[in-house]
Amino acid sequence: MRKRSRLSRFNVASLALGLAFLYLPILILVIYSFNASRLVTVWGGWSLRWYHEFFGDRAMIEAAWMSLKVAASSASIATLLGTLAAVALSRGERFAGRTLFSGMLYAPLVMPEVITGLSLLLLFVALDAERGFWTVTMAHTTLTMCFVAVVVQSRLGSLDRSLEEAAMDLGCDPVRAFVAVTLPLIAPAIVAGWMLAFTLSLDDLVIASFTTGPGSATLPIRIYSEVRLGVKPEINAICTLVIGLIAVVIVIASLASKLSSAQGESAAPL
Amino acid sequence: MSARRIFARPARFAAIAPYVWMVLLFLVPFAFVLKISLSQTVIAQPPYEPVFDLTAGRASLEAAFAALSIDNFKLLVSDDLYVYAYVRSLTVAVTATALLLLIGYPIAYGMARLPTRWQAVAMVLVIVPFWTSFLIRIYAWINILQHDGLLNQILLALHLVSQPVVWLSTDSAMYIGIVYSYLPFMILPLYATLAKMEPALEEAASDLGAPPWQAFWLVTFPLSLPGIGAGVLLCFIPIVGEFVIPDLLAGSNSLMIGQTLWLEFFTNKDWPVASAAAIILLVVLLMPLLLYERLQRRQLEQGR
Amino acid sequence: MAEELPKMEAAAGVADVETHLALDQPLLRIEGVAKSFGTFRAVDGVSLDIRAGEFFALLGPSGCGKTTLLRMLAGFEAPDEGRILLGGKDIAQALPHERPINMMFQSYALFPHLSVRDNIAFGLKRAGMARADIDTRVAEMVALVKLEGLEKRKPNQLSGGQRQRVALARALARRPQLLLLDEPLAALDKKLRESTQGELMELQRRLGTTFIVVTHDQEEAMTMASRIGVMNAGKLAQVASPRELYEAPRSRWIAEFVGDVNLFEGEFKLRDGHRLVIATRDAGTLVVAEPRQPTGETRLSVAIRPEKVKLSRRGPVSEAGRETAINQLDGVVADICYLGGSTTYKVKLDTGGIVQASVANSARLDADAYSLSQHVVAWFTPDDCVVLPP
Repeated sequence: MRKRSRLSRFNVASLALGLAFLYLPILILVIYSFNASRLVTVWGGWSLRWYHEFFGDRAMIEAAWMSLKVAASSASIATLLGTLAAVALSRGERFAGRTLFSGMLYAPLVMPEVITGLSLLLLFVALDAERGFWTVTMAHTTLTMCFVAVVVQSRLGSLDRSLEEAAMDLGCDPVRAFVAVTLPLIAPAIVAGWMLAFTLSLDDLVIASFTTGPGSATLPIRIYSEVRLGVKPEINAICTLVIGLIAVVIVIASLASKLSSAQGESAAPL
Repeated sequence: MSARRIFARPARFAAIAPYVWMVLLFLVPFAFVLKISLSQTVIAQPPYEPVFDLTAGRASLEAAFAALSIDNFKLLVSDDLYVYAYVRSLTVAVTATALLLLIGYPIAYGMARLPTRWQAVAMVLVIVPFWTSFLIRIYAWINILQHDGLLNQILLALHLVSQPVVWLSTDSAMYIGIVYSYLPFMILPLYATLAKMEPALEEAASDLGAPPWQAFWLVTFPLSLPGIGAGVLLCFIPIVGEFVIPDLLAGSNSLMIGQTLWLEFFTNKDWPVASAAAIILLVVLLMPLLLYERLQRRQLEQGR
Repeated sequence: MAEELPKMEAAAGVADVETHLALDQPLLRIEGVAKSFGTFRAVDGVSLDIRAGEFFALLGPSGCGKTTLLRMLAGFEAPDEGRILLGGKDIAQALPHERPINMMFQSYALFPHLSVRDNIAFGLKRAGMARADIDTRVAEMVALVKLEGLEKRKPNQLSGGQRQRVALARALARRPQLLLLDEPLAALDKKLRESTQGELMELQRRLGTTFIVVTHDQEEAMTMASRIGVMNAGKLAQVASPRELYEAPRSRWIAEFVGDVNLFEGEFKLRDGHRLVIATRDAGTLVVAEPRQPTGETRLSVAIRPEKVKLSRRGPVSEAGRETAINQLDGVVADICYLGGSTTYKVKLDTGGIVQASVANSARLDADAYSLSQHVVAWFTPDDCVVLPP
C-alpha cells in the first residue's frame, strides 16, 4: 500500500508560488536581455544586440575584468585563511583569545556592509594605502573568509572524530592524519566555501564602493551607477552574463565536489 | 592528555594567520571608526582631523584625548533627520521580517513535507537565486516595476487598473525587493528545523484527536521556534543596515540609516558624522548580534 | 600460502616478546591506572595483567569506564595516574602512532574517500613499507578476512559485515602486538554477530595476536574470550574465566550482571563442615555449600542460577535426588515465560519469595508442562548455591 502523501494542497500551492516568486523576475530579466527593442518594455523580437553593445563598452569590460580578478584572488586567500580558522576553532579546543577569535569571525556575517566598508576605508586612508585592486581584494577577503570558515567548520564538526583517531592509530602524527584523512573529507566544503566567497565578492557593491579608488570600479559599481540613471537594455545583457558565469561556477564546483567525494559524502550546499 | 588535545596543539597554530588578519582588518578598523567619530570635521583630504599622532609622544596623546569630542553624536541624536532614519530603519526591518516569516514559513513547511528525494532538489532551488547577484536581483525588479514595466502591463491588460500604478520609489517596491532578496535566508533555517522534526510527531497528534491545523499549531509550530529565531535574526540584522534596496527601490524622501551614512560619507564628505552614525547603528544592533552569535555557536557545537 | 604467512609473522612477534616472557612478564601490565574527566572518575585504579596470545574481554554496562580504559591503551587518552607497560616498557604517555597497538573502532572509522585496498594499506604506508610488500600484505589481509574481489570498492559500497572485516583487516595489517576491539560486533544484526564471533575466535587462534575486546554484551564476552574482566563504576569488579564468572561470581552485582539469578538475603545460622545453614527472609532455611573459611559475617546472600532450580509436582523423584536436594521449596506457578529452547517459570513460594526456574524444553510435546496456579516443588542442591556478601 502506498503511504498517503503528506503534502496538502496548501503545501503544494505555497511551494509553487514561492519558487515562481524566486525565479520569474530572473527569468524575465534573461528573456529581455535578448530583446531587440531599445525600449525595455516593448518586445521587438530576439536579438543579441545588447551583448554586442556590452562587448563594445570598454569601461564595462574593464570593470568586469576587475571584478573577476578581485573575486578570484580574494576567494582564494579567503579559502586558505577561512579553512585555517575553521580548523583552529573546531580542533583547537580552548586557547587564549578563542572567544574574541570566533566573535570576529561571526560578526562580519551579519554586520551591515556599510559599517564594514567604512571601517576598512578608514584603515586604508590612515595607512595611506593606494586604493584599488589590492584594497578591494583585502576587504573582500576579510568578509568572505568568515563565510568559508562557517561552511568548513560545520563540515569539520559533523566529521566522525574516530576517523582522525584511526589515522593516528595507524601511524600518523596529528598533522599527517589531518592531511591524509581530514583534508580529503572536507574538500567538498572547501570547494563550496571558495564558490561562496567568489560569488559574494562578485556580487558586492557596498564594500567595494568604500574601498576602491578612482579608475578601478568593479562591475557592481558600474552597474549600480548605470541603474541609478534608469533601466538600460545593456544592463540586462550584462546581468544575464553574470548569471551565466555564476551558473557555470556552481556546476563546475558541484561536479568537482562530486568527483572528489564520489562516495555519497555530500557537499555542504551553502 | 586526550585525543582531542593531541590534535589541538597543531590546530591552534592554524589560528595564527587568520587571527592576525582579522585583528588587522576587522578589529583595528573599528578602532579607527570610533576614533574618527570623535573627531572634528575639517575640509581636507582625508576630511577629518587626525586624533593621534603616534610619533609625537605622550604629550600630544594627552592633548589629543582632550580634543576628542562627542559633538558628532550630539548632532546625530538631536537632528530629526537622523533620529527619523533610525526609527525608519527599525520599522522597515520589523515589517519586512514579519513579511518574510509569513511568506517563508509556508514554503519551508511545504519543503519539509516533500518526499526526501525532492527535498534536496527544493533546497537547491531555493539556494540558487541566492548565488545570483544581489544587485541583479534588485535590478530585475526595477525592470518589472517601472512605469511601463511588466507588472503594470499585466494589470492594465487584466483591466485591474485603468492607468499605470506608480511602483518604483515607493515603500511597496522596497518591501518587494527586501522580501525577494532575503527570502532564502528565512527559508533555510526554518526548513532545517522543520525537516529535522520527526513526521511521527504530527501523526501522533492527529492520532490523539487533533485536526491538522491543531496538530500544526500545537506540535509543529512550537518545535520550529528555534528555526524562526534564527531566520528572524538572520534577516532582521542586515535589513536594518540595508543600503542598496531602499536606495534603488524606495523614494528619496525618507532615508534609512544605511543611506544617511552613505550620504554623509560620499556626498557630504563628513567622515566623522558618518563614523558616528556607524557606531550608533552598531549599538542598535548589538543585542540581536550577540543573540545571533550565541545561536550560531550553539548550533555548531550541537553539530559535533 | 596466505594462511602460513601470518603464522610466521605472529611467531616472530611472539619471539620478540619472549625475551620479556623469560622474565615472567605479561605482554601488557596495567598498574593502578586512573583517569578523570572533570570530577567524574571514569577509570578508578585499575590493575590488570594480560598474557601474550590471550583473548581478553572487558565487560561492563555503558559508562563503566571500559572504553576509556581501551582508549588509554590505544593512546587516545593519557592516564592521570598509573603505568601501562607493554613488554616491560611504560607507554602510558606515548602518542597513538608511536605504539605497536592497533584498534578496531566501534564505528569502524573506515576512511570513506579510500578504497578497501587503500584503507588496509593506510597503516603500512605510514610505516614506510615498500610498495611490493604493501601489495603482498594487503592481498594476504584481504584473503584472511575473505574480502577477495572487493579491493576496489569504497566503504559505502559494502555491507555492514564487509565493513567490519575491512576494519579488522586494516587494524591487523600492521601486525600489532596487541589488537583492541571496541564493541566490534555491536553494529551487526544478531545472526551475523554469531557467525562473526566464531570467525574472530578462529582468526585470533590462527594469528596468535593478543586481542582485547570491549563489550557490554555478556554472551559475546563469554563466547569469545578466554578471560573476562568485569568493570563497574571505573573499577575492575572481577577478572576470571567465563565459567568462573558465571558459576562463582564474587558479588551480587556481578551475579546479576552476568546472566539471570535468584538471590535470597539471609542470616548465617550454623556451619556443618563445608555446609552452611542460612535462614533467608523469603525462601525459608537453605543449606548451601561453602568451602571457604567463615568470615565472621552473619548477613549473607544466596545465589542460585535459574537453570539449577528443578521443578516437580512432589519434589525429587530419584533416590539420589532425594538425598542431595536438601533445599525443597513449595510454591505455586505464578508466571510462565516460553522462550523456545527453554521455559522460565516464576514460582511464588509459600514462604513469600519468588524463585525463577529455567526448564529445558527437551520434548516437543510436553504433556508434563506446568500450568499457572499449579502447586510445585522447586528444589536444588547445596552445591548449586553460591554464598555472596549481602
